[in-house]
Amino acid sequence: MSPKTLYDKIWDAHVAHEDADGTCLLYIDRHLVHEVTSPQAFEGLRMAGRQVRAPEKTIAVPDHNVPTTIGRENPDQMPEDSRIQVAALDKNAKDFGIHYYPVSDVRQGIVHIVGPEQGWTLPGMTVVCGDSHTATHGAFGSLAHGIGTSEVEHVLATQTLIQKKSKNMKVEITGKLRPGVTAKDITLSVIGKTGTAGGTGYVIEYCGEAIRDLSMEGRMTVCNMAIEGGARAGLIAPDEKTFEYVKGRPHAPKGAAWEAALTYWKTLFSDDDAHWDKVITIKGEDIAPVVTWGTSPEDVLPITDVVPAPESFSGGKVGAAQRALEYMGLTAGQRLQDIEIDTVFIGSCTNGRIEDLRAAADVVKGKKVKDGLRAMVVPGSGLVRAQAEEEGLADIFKEAGFEWRMAGCSMCLAMNPDQLAPGERCAATSNRNFEGRQGRGGRTHLMSPAMAAAAALTGKLTDVRELM
Amino acid sequence: MEKFDKLSGIAAPMPLVNIDTDMIIPKQFLKTIKRSGLGVNLFDEMRYDDNGDEIADFVLNKPAYRDAQILVAGDNFGCGSSREHAPWALLDFGIRCVISTSFADIFYNNCFKNGILPIVLPQEAVDVLMKDAEKGANARIEVDLENQSVTSSDGEVFNFEIDSFKKHCLLNGLDDIGLTMKKAASIDAFEAKAQAERPWA
Repeated sequence: MSPKTLYDKIWDAHVAHEDADGTCLLYIDRHLVHEVTSPQAFEGLRMAGRQVRAPEKTIAVPDHNVPTTIGRENPDQMPEDSRIQVAALDKNAKDFGIHYYPVSDVRQGIVHIVGPEQGWTLPGMTVVCGDSHTATHGAFGSLAHGIGTSEVEHVLATQTLIQKKSKNMKVEITGKLRPGVTAKDITLSVIGKTGTAGGTGYVIEYCGEAIRDLSMEGRMTVCNMAIEGGARAGLIAPDEKTFEYVKGRPHAPKGAAWEAALTYWKTLFSDDDAHWDKVITIKGEDIAPVVTWGTSPEDVLPITDVVPAPESFSGGKVGAAQRALEYMGLTAGQRLQDIEIDTVFIGSCTNGRIEDLRAAADVVKGKKVKDGLRAMVVPGSGLVRAQAEEEGLADIFKEAGFEWRMAGCSMCLAMNPDQLAPGERCAATSNRNFEGRQGRGGRTHLMSPAMAAAAALTGKLTDVRELM
Repeated sequence: MEKFDKLSGIAAPMPLVNIDTDMIIPKQFLKTIKRSGLGVNLFDEMRYDDNGDEIADFVLNKPAYRDAQILVAGDNFGCGSSREHAPWALLDFGIRCVISTSFADIFYNNCFKNGILPIVLPQEAVDVLMKDAEKGANARIEVDLENQSVTSSDGEVFNFEIDSFKKHCLLNGLDDIGLTMKKAASIDAFEAKAQAERPWA
């Protein structure tokens, strides 16, 4: 048998039909659904008189619109359009008989946090969702990617996707990370190196010692932002850490099924002599704590650096950098550590898991949020929130002056009331710094939870290593 | 879905690179449960000021481009969020074709589900068409999907590559789900085999 990459193996195991031109029907094991990208798909099913083919493989949770304030079960807390969208998901889940975690359920949260937490996401699976950050699930060695609403409808109706295979790209992070450097710094640094279109047409497998050393939470952070690098999906081969994380979760296999699954999962790795269409190698020790300065996730620099001059770029990026500096209210040559912020947002499907909250709480413990600064922690799920309360993290945040919120996407994309005002500047642990992403005219700097926590204490972008 | 075969139309130049789907249709317009009516909010934050008035120098607000059917855009168009509201908004405005040096994967696929043709051309070709588009309403660009060609107003022809299945569906306005349903037997067979081999999934 010819050597295969992990992606090749998962792909081959899911081709339900192949046409002569290589167009395939890829079978989908798990379909995750949220309220924003699904109403038109369910409506399409109704209009065509179609059913959901595999409701037992379809899991829905509202996350984008939901308020993150206490008492939000009261529908009056939601603006009417949000309420209609969440109500539509309530109804669609019920009508079509799919698994559902409503706002009132403690297990509710961001779809990409709930999936792994509940054991829906397992190694070797195909996972899709009408959401680009579906790449997150690749941390389990599952082929996971975002799709549009028409494709959501296609998967609901047929449990397959029409696909052509992507190319294979290997991103290797060798050696150890330095203190203060996290999974977020890895993933941002990769995008900084490859650009936001560098992964277009590829599925990335992240490997190397620094990746193996990461926890499952860290691996999810890395894969989550594969999409920001333009890749269809990001993958990490499953290992003992993966199996340990999955074991005992509500929807993970049990008993004999667990043993059978484990035997299969242990075959899920790239063969030594597999073919790679593109290889990127970065030394772990070369990665610093980074922040973004512009309006694209590729605008990444070490915190010790300065705002770059647009002329230092080439092609269309010169104009884009000029526009970004104007939008961000920054001048070339300015030290990143001198940039003052108004808001800190810790949360999102990138960094809203328990380990992220622990890292932030470590920095914050016994200290106070800078006067006048708005700082919020939004746990990724109700269960993350409960665990953080149990571990005393919530108290650390509250005593420091952070708002301690309910679970949801929140200020990552500001579809709910958590938004920046024009000109406000935010240190955010989310994944996108696009113009207007966190609110019209809002300015976003992406970074790790520890770096965002450090910024909350000083009121400006800060090198967390100085507080360690 | 509406068929796409040939198009002769005004092209609007948007040379900015990395135009993301948040720019194409900001999140406040994603709260709809319909596909229609998003054209008025296409590029909303670039197109209107804080009072909701049109920003005169935004390209689609200029008289020459108000009826544009083609966009010529910078690299990596449609990056970011998977929101299909982006092609819905483009289509509702009247855009049927976007030309760039590259597109983000999900956006690219979403276009084909909505009768929009995204065309990838080399930088030199996009540069020529960008200049052409900058001439305004008098310069019409012609797109021919069957022959996989784009013709500038000066008659310069550029050929583009496209996946044969996607081309077939777009030319004939075919519904993907209907096509896949015809292969239900293959899906049934696969499902039975997968259930035996990986019962936990």
